[in-house]
Amino acid sequence: MNHSKTPFVILIFLLVFAGLALSWHRHITYNVPWLPGEQQQVWSVEARIEFVGENTPAIVSLAVPETQTGFERISEYTASPGYGLEFVERGGVRRAEWSVRLAQGKQVLYYRAEYAAKKMLQVKQASAQIVESKLLRGSGPHITVARTLLESAKKKSADEFTLTRELIREFNNQIEGVFLLEQHASREAWLVALLQQVGVASRRVSVLELEDGRRRSQLLDYLQVFSGDDYVLFDPFTGERNAESPVLMWEYHSQPALDVLGGRNSRLSFSVIEQKMPVGDLVVRQREMQSNLLDFSIHTLPLSEQALFKGILLIPIGVLVVCLLRILIGIRTAGTFMPVLIAISFIQTSLVTGLVGFVLIVGTGLLIRGYLSQLNLLLVARISAVIISVIILIALLAVLSYQLGLSEGLKISFFPMIILSWTIERMSILWEEEGGQEVLAQVGGSLFVAVITYALMMNEYVQHLTFNFLGLQLVIMAIVLILGTYTGYRLFELQRFYAMIKK
Amino acid sequence: MFAALPLLDPFSVFRRYKDMRSLGLLGMNQRNHKYIARYNARSLFPIVDNKLHTKELALEYRLTTPDLLGVIDNQHDASLLDRFICDKEGFCIKPAKGSGGKGILVIKACEQGRYQKTNGDWLELAAVQRHVSNILAGLFSLGGATDVAMIETLLVPSHALAKYSHHGVPDIRVIVFRGIPVMAMMRLACTESHGKANLHQGAIGVGLNIATGRAINAVQRDRCIERHPDTGVLLSELQVPRWHELLRLACSCHEICGLGYLGVDLVIDEREGPALLELNARPGLSIQIANNAGLLPRLRQIEAIKKPELWTVDKKIEFALAHFSR
Repeated sequence: MNHSKTPFVILIFLLVFAGLALSWHRHITYNVPWLPGEQQQVWSVEARIEFVGENTPAIVSLAVPETQTGFERISEYTASPGYGLEFVERGGVRRAEWSVRLAQGKQVLYYRAEYAAKKMLQVKQASAQIVESKLLRGSGPHITVARTLLESAKKKSADEFTLTRELIREFNNQIEGVFLLEQHASREAWLVALLQQVGVASRRVSVLELEDGRRRSQLLDYLQVFSGDDYVLFDPFTGERNAESPVLMWEYHSQPALDVLGGRNSRLSFSVIEQKMPVGDLVVRQREMQSNLLDFSIHTLPLSEQALFKGILLIPIGVLVVCLLRILIGIRTAGTFMPVLIAISFIQTSLVTGLVGFVLIVGTGLLIRGYLSQLNLLLVARISAVIISVIILIALLAVLSYQLGLSEGLKISFFPMIILSWTIERMSILWEEEGGQEVLAQVGGSLFVAVITYALMMNEYVQHLTFNFLGLQLVIMAIVLILGTYTGYRLFELQRFYAMIKK
Repeated sequence: MFAALPLLDPFSVFRRYKDMRSLGLLGMNQRNHKYIARYNARSLFPIVDNKLHTKELALEYRLTTPDLLGVIDNQHDASLLDRFICDKEGFCIKPAKGSGGKGILVIKACEQGRYQKTNGDWLELAAVQRHVSNILAGLFSLGGATDVAMIETLLVPSHALAKYSHHGVPDIRVIVFRGIPVMAMMRLACTESHGKANLHQGAIGVGLNIATGRAINAVQRDRCIERHPDTGVLLSELQVPRWHELLRLACSCHEICGLGYLGVDLVIDEREGPALLELNARPGLSIQIANNAGLLPRLRQIEAIKKPELWTVDKKIEFALAHFSR
């Protein structure tokens, strides 16, 4: 059964060569830089409009955000087979308008635009008109409540922005009063009405949270508050000026974001993806529209799929780490590729939340499993019971952390629950058979591998390379194959056999 | 993991690596890649991974092996467990597809519906049934596949060896490479290993001279020891009786299963002599520590021969005695 090594060496060589050649081709042809340095952050946003046609002519009008403070629009693109498209301007407001003679059945339209994030960019906007709101006319308990809120906020504030902040804070504190108000109009409507009442120009705007990899996200209602030419955006529920992720104003002319004539069940959703582009490329932005067999980039896919792939293409990195650590070092983990799954959930939950959550869930799960083992259940039923306990546990932790004001805790639900349940079951058996030390070693090993994998996956360079150069996957493949033939000692074996070497 | 800190020093790592190479120590990667992948055909694995197959084969070729009291292959029969075991002095329940000694329950006595484990703890019938039920559900099997539970008689360990084992039956592991016994060790259960005979669970490993069956060196948790930690018996005086019979049995195990790199687990029964417990297609590496010798030089000597598999048993043993004795 002696195999010749030559075919293997040739295979490795071919893989490495093909991988590097593809990457080189992409680098040369499409000007994709090797490193993410001196780059411009670009947000690609794709709006997806869905509606059901009613067998009549249909007109779809979508608000289109212009270059605004912090964001410069560098390109826009629509996909709408069979539709006529026009960008119309009415009263200084530009909207995209699609029209078709006969809309029948489910219709899907896309609008994609790219915005370069520019911190220094300031775009003045005409202040909102101050109109007296109908909400505050007349009398009644809700008017009194609203005026009281306004008065106390006014006392604690110095200018338009602090007033808004304080007003939102009042709204959050006076729960009963606000409950009364919200029976008449939405919170945003009241906030705008009250601000207008004291002469602060403000309006409701629809914003889009920019977070890499978001799919099917919706517009959020924010407040835009002016002070002269300046404006600040407020989240009407937290009162924060700056949300965690940057927000792009999608509609800010007090018009509907989407207007569909001749259709029903219309829906507007967004996918967002963050890209790095060389600064020079921004000037002449040539899209790789025509698909080319050699263009092994996923940039030709729709945005929502790209966002998905950005994550998927990182998995080989995790797999490579597991290979390295197991074959070269000899770390024991609970389940071969479980650490990679854990690392992927760390990306969603952030590291600290993820670690704390993991330890909490597995620890509590082990206790529950300890009780279940006394009930003398069949294995499948027992693991099912553990899965349900883990889900209840995750729900409890999420509620608890939310009540304590730790919104981070909500992300705990990103954990792969079935995998966690199996881990708990295996660890529990391991505990009975080999003792707690082995459990600690394996859980510790798994977490260690997961953290390293996480760190690599979150690395800017790694993300840039895997996402932009698909050919590198072949190189990773080659490395894994080479590792598969490594017959030297593992690092931990050096320690294990140390007693023998000493003699 | 923390004990590995000196490994952060690249010089020390390099020195140790070289020392280990010169001692001819076989590492995990090399074992998997060079020996298991090359000499153990995948198609032969089921014979050893399923102990029921091994047992059938051993019985077919009339090798000495513990009697099979019964096989439980469905959850319903688990509740009828006491039928198989009601009047037995001692017995052993093991998963047919278990790995690494997982899921083996040894009962040395039963009394009024209670069962005594080798470490002296008593179990209720329900606990034994749960164990069987776990086995059936595949908790101990490779890959979690459903499994069957085998109930075997307990062997009476040879008188000469009984004093060396605190709990459980002392068993002997022989590595057989291409039909030739290469290295052997005895595994003694102790308090620390909870009656288990697996070295990584804390059992004592005693390296045996392949020519005589006499102890060479003893280790526990990878450290050298002189006396049994529970009984205080001097381990260097250990001598396995009926050694040549044992070597012959080990050689015939290779013949029945065909695996080139094989671990054979044997016991010496007081009456029957050497008996086959189970076969292992992925034998561990700690046997090297117990013997204070590397496997590689011996394996290479055998690799240099053309078709040693075709030799007679006598010639194989002769070769082992001539080349691997200490």
